[in-house]
Amino acid sequence: MASMRDIKRRRDSIQSTEQITKAMKLVSTVKLQKSKGKAEASKPYFNLMYDTISSVLRKSGNLDHKYLKPGVSQKKAVIAITSNRGLAGGYNNNIVKLINGELPVGDTYVYAIGRKGRDGLARKGFQVKADYSEVINEPLYRDAADITLELLDSFIRGEIGEIYLAYTAFKNTVTQIPKLIKLLPVEMEAGEEESGKAHALMTYEPDEEEVLDSIVPKYMSSLIYGALLEAVASENGARMTAMDNATSNAEEMIEALSLQYNRARQGAITQELTEIVAGANAIS
Amino acid sequence: MADVFKLKVVTPERIFYEGEAGMVELSTTEGDIGVYANHIPMTAIVAPGVLKIHEGSQVRKAALHAGFIQVLAEEITIMAEVVEWPDEIDIKRAEEARVRAERRLKDNQTEIDVLRAKMALRRALTRLSARQ
Repeated sequence: MASMRDIKRRRDSIQSTEQITKAMKLVSTVKLQKSKGKAEASKPYFNLMYDTISSVLRKSGNLDHKYLKPGVSQKKAVIAITSNRGLAGGYNNNIVKLINGELPVGDTYVYAIGRKGRDGLARKGFQVKADYSEVINEPLYRDAADITLELLDSFIRGEIGEIYLAYTAFKNTVTQIPKLIKLLPVEMEAGEEESGKAHALMTYEPDEEEVLDSIVPKYMSSLIYGALLEAVASENGARMTAMDNATSNAEEMIEALSLQYNRARQGAITQELTEIVAGANAIS
Repeated sequence: MADVFKLKVVTPERIFYEGEAGMVELSTTEGDIGVYANHIPMTAIVAPGVLKIHEGSQVRKAALHAGFIQVLAEEITIMAEVVEWPDEIDIKRAEEARVRAERRLKDNQTEIDVLRAKMALRRALTRLSARQ
């Protein structure tokens, strides 16, 4: 059996770890509230954007537009949104696994937002083309627009043929779902004809093609921006859950160690008594 | 002219404006337009300019820089990337930006710089005229 001192030392160390995890949980709870609010505030814009672009596309389904067909290049680009900090359970690893499972290592450029994802993907052999890790600390719409411009530029120059976005969707505080969606070429699910009548008479100024030229980048920016905000909320949600688990695990361990400590203490006292009694008997 | 329509101005960060208006004026890439209720459905690209919302006898102004507008018979939605109320505009900064952009345009350099300066000038002018 371990000595009393060892057990005590172990218990103290777990106790101080528990204090840290407890504090981190509180911090991420507060951050979660804030980021959840932000993510919700950006929803209306995104939903309207989606409606508009799908109505434009429905009307001009067979339009031969550069953003609607895959580029000549075999290369794919993926925007990987993860966090800069760990201790968030499987949050970062899920994104790395998802990308590694869905996209070919040799033909994929990674545009990393978040250090953890960048390092994880680099270790798997992906080529990291650009790193915007600062963005995740405080996502701005401007950042999303800048990233969009750079990607569209490479797309038009023919360096990449498809653009994907990998992020963690925020469902609720305990459930976050890693998602991989295709940004370009723009694809809409078929069979959304129910609102067709309102858009049937829509006129576009100056014309459909130019409207698409201008809307597609905005659509991408809004998707990326929405994903950034959701990812931040997910990160804090994941960290909160992870830290909550860690805290309750620590509590369990402390309880078990306290029991062990008391047994060891009792054992030590019993042994001492036996020795004293034995000593006294030997003298008399 | 009692006809009103629902107007929504949305930005990525928030819902900027939501309410009923009798007319809305703004600039598009095809020129300045004013839209009343029961307009034909239309989608157009926004050019930097002053957005004027007519609510009854009152007119509210805002500086609208980028985005697009979707017009339906009873509902108009402006998807704005950047839009500001006059009281959110820093007039000193806008004035400085105007001067800087004009200077840059005078000693014309490369192609891209001219384009950027023109855009900056346009933004500054929009802000200033929304403020007046």
